[in-house]
Amino acid sequence: MKVSSPRFKDNAREALADAALRESLRSFTRSFPLKRQEAIARLPEFDQLRDIGRAIKDHSLEHLDFYLERFEAQVTARGGQVHWCRDAAEARETILRLCREAGAKTVTKSKSMVGEEIDLNDHLETHGIQPIETDLGEYIIQVREESPSHILAPAIHLSSGQIADTFRDKHPELPAQRSLDDPQTVLEEARAVLRNKFLNADVGLTGANFLIAETGSVVVVTNEGNADLVMTLPKTHIVLAGLEKVVPTLEDGTTILRLLARSSTGQDTATYTTFCTGLGAEDDPDGPDALHIVLLDNGRSEMLAGAFREMLRCIRCGACLNHCPVYAQIGGHAYGWVYSGPMGKVLTPGLLGLDHAADLPNASSFCGKCEEVCPMRIPLPKMMRSWRERQFEEKRTPARARAGLRLWASLARRPALYRWVMGLTFGVLGRMGRRRGRFRRMPFAGGWTAVRDFPAPEGKTFLAQWAERKASER
Amino acid sequence: MPGGPPHVALFVTCLVDLMRPSVGFAAVRLLETAGCRVTVPADQTCCGQPAYNSGDRADARAIARQVIDVFQGFDYVVVPSGSCAGMIRKHYPELFADDPQARGRAEDLAGRTHELTSFLVDVLGLDALGPMAGFDGTATYHDGCSGLRELGVKAQPRALLQRVDGLSLREGEAAETCCGFGGTFCVKYPEISGAMVDAKVDDLLATGADTVLGGDLGCLFNIAGRLQRRGEKLRVRHVAEILAGMTDGVAIGEPVRD
Repeated sequence: MKVSSPRFKDNAREALADAALRESLRSFTRSFPLKRQEAIARLPEFDQLRDIGRAIKDHSLEHLDFYLERFEAQVTARGGQVHWCRDAAEARETILRLCREAGAKTVTKSKSMVGEEIDLNDHLETHGIQPIETDLGEYIIQVREESPSHILAPAIHLSSGQIADTFRDKHPELPAQRSLDDPQTVLEEARAVLRNKFLNADVGLTGANFLIAETGSVVVVTNEGNADLVMTLPKTHIVLAGLEKVVPTLEDGTTILRLLARSSTGQDTATYTTFCTGLGAEDDPDGPDALHIVLLDNGRSEMLAGAFREMLRCIRCGACLNHCPVYAQIGGHAYGWVYSGPMGKVLTPGLLGLDHAADLPNASSFCGKCEEVCPMRIPLPKMMRSWRERQFEEKRTPARARAGLRLWASLARRPALYRWVMGLTFGVLGRMGRRRGRFRRMPFAGGWTAVRDFPAPEGKTFLAQWAERKASER
Repeated sequence: MPGGPPHVALFVTCLVDLMRPSVGFAAVRLLETAGCRVTVPADQTCCGQPAYNSGDRADARAIARQVIDVFQGFDYVVVPSGSCAGMIRKHYPELFADDPQARGRAEDLAGRTHELTSFLVDVLGLDALGPMAGFDGTATYHDGCSGLRELGVKAQPRALLQRVDGLSLREGEAAETCCGFGGTFCVKYPEISGAMVDAKVDDLLATGADTVLGGDLGCLFNIAGRLQRRGEKLRVRHVAEILAGMTDGVAIGEPVRD
């Protein structure tokens, strides 16, 4: 997926002007938090489960090398093969090679954000292999030639009307007058269109929600069942996963599964949860003859070593996006890459480099809602602050902001001078603003007064008035 | 209480000090009514959040050290702001994670520091204030994010407001949603912040209340500023003003009546 994170401010501005997008966001950011709340209310031990889930992931990350090697050994023992890829280019090349070795013309795909991360579809198409997205949301954005705006619901930025128009446009072989008002009809049409593609694909590519070290299993969660067709019908199954996805045991995986759907869609469990272990059995007509697991690093081991390790606990549930008041206004595309919302603000600088994502960790009011809802208790605001600290240390914070901050801090550290300067400044402002009570414009406060009035100060500072009161009491 | 009344230092916060001193006097009145001996250390400035949240850890630490020095020796430190109290309680100890001695002092201060309404209810007890002033009106309460999520301030201001004669409280559907202030966030990303405060203002207006209350001037200035830019009549005040019965002054951003 193309990167436009450096354009964050412009992206956000465009998003804010898009009335259809804002309407879609409004309804979705209302309904998802409600569903999550209801699901959690049905599970009194939810918060304890979060602690257990966090401990599982922390342990897995602490011993990541061990569990990854164990996972590889189990996959190999069951006839599969693990491919270790340092970066996006290596993963793309590996997958292209595997597809060519399978003689593939088409590849069916279930939703994979890592696939978006490495820009896989473009690469396959450029080399003559047709990738076919089979998750409804991903299918919609693929035919529209867009990128996902949400890690869970990639087409959430679109209205049902826009989706109906897209289907009419992209499925010209179907009667033009058909009704597409009902989401169910849209789903059925996509299913009908995709059916033959499922059957004819040479390679099926899925992501992974978990990799299980003790069995070499891959766990894939969907609500549409598309991943099951993707991984059982073609003769070759490729799994593309970030290397942080491994957990020690099936028990660990299923524990975290109890957190996943509740946090993301408010379901007790997703409709389909598939454990895929090894190749298809000999007496089973379904299941692949070849299983390839492409493990992607792409900046993750660097995060593992530093201040951002906790981010690797992320299970991509999307709860932080669903609850973020910034995301609710601008949607996912504004963030400029596959990972949006609070998790994107931490992950994108880690994976792409801070230079490509300078705005992301800053564009947060630190309201803390993301941390409150994160099932893995990732301290997202703290990590955004860590990125800001790195920017400040490396002098990447805008010079004007740095100078302003330094000036203010040096005043704040000299109380007597502070009292004098502030007393004068706010005394003058107080007298100027008395009659109207507020200012429509202020020097050096254009960011404030662009959208709101600035209240006039009362005049004499509290500390000055207090000192006078104490003096008169003596 | 053994050893006389509790000795409370008021950390008035920079916004109250410079912009709306009446909130400071309201806090003093509440604390004194509740039987505290109140001192206002003269050498206080700011808690350091602007530096801390901008990534300027060195300045944040220097300011934190100063605050720790200025506020040593008091039984309690009370702050009429959830975000400044949260800074001291949650973030000062983190700032000195690598310096055990300073960390100990930061933790000591953190343990003694309370947001105003939380201090009145959780430390002194709801009855400490005695009979409260009246307020004739309908109010809605905006939960500032730091107070709510870092300090668990939610029930305390409401419990106090319930004892105010004549006041009825109506909850906004999105009372816990960020108003879009976020310190420097609101000036660095005015368009996004503006969209957030618009959503907040819509929610507040939908309650039909005539007054918005909250415990953080940053949020309240943001909300009042947007309401007034939109030409709305809804008034905005700090909760301490109502609790202390000090509503003779104008609401935030209103012209002074001569």
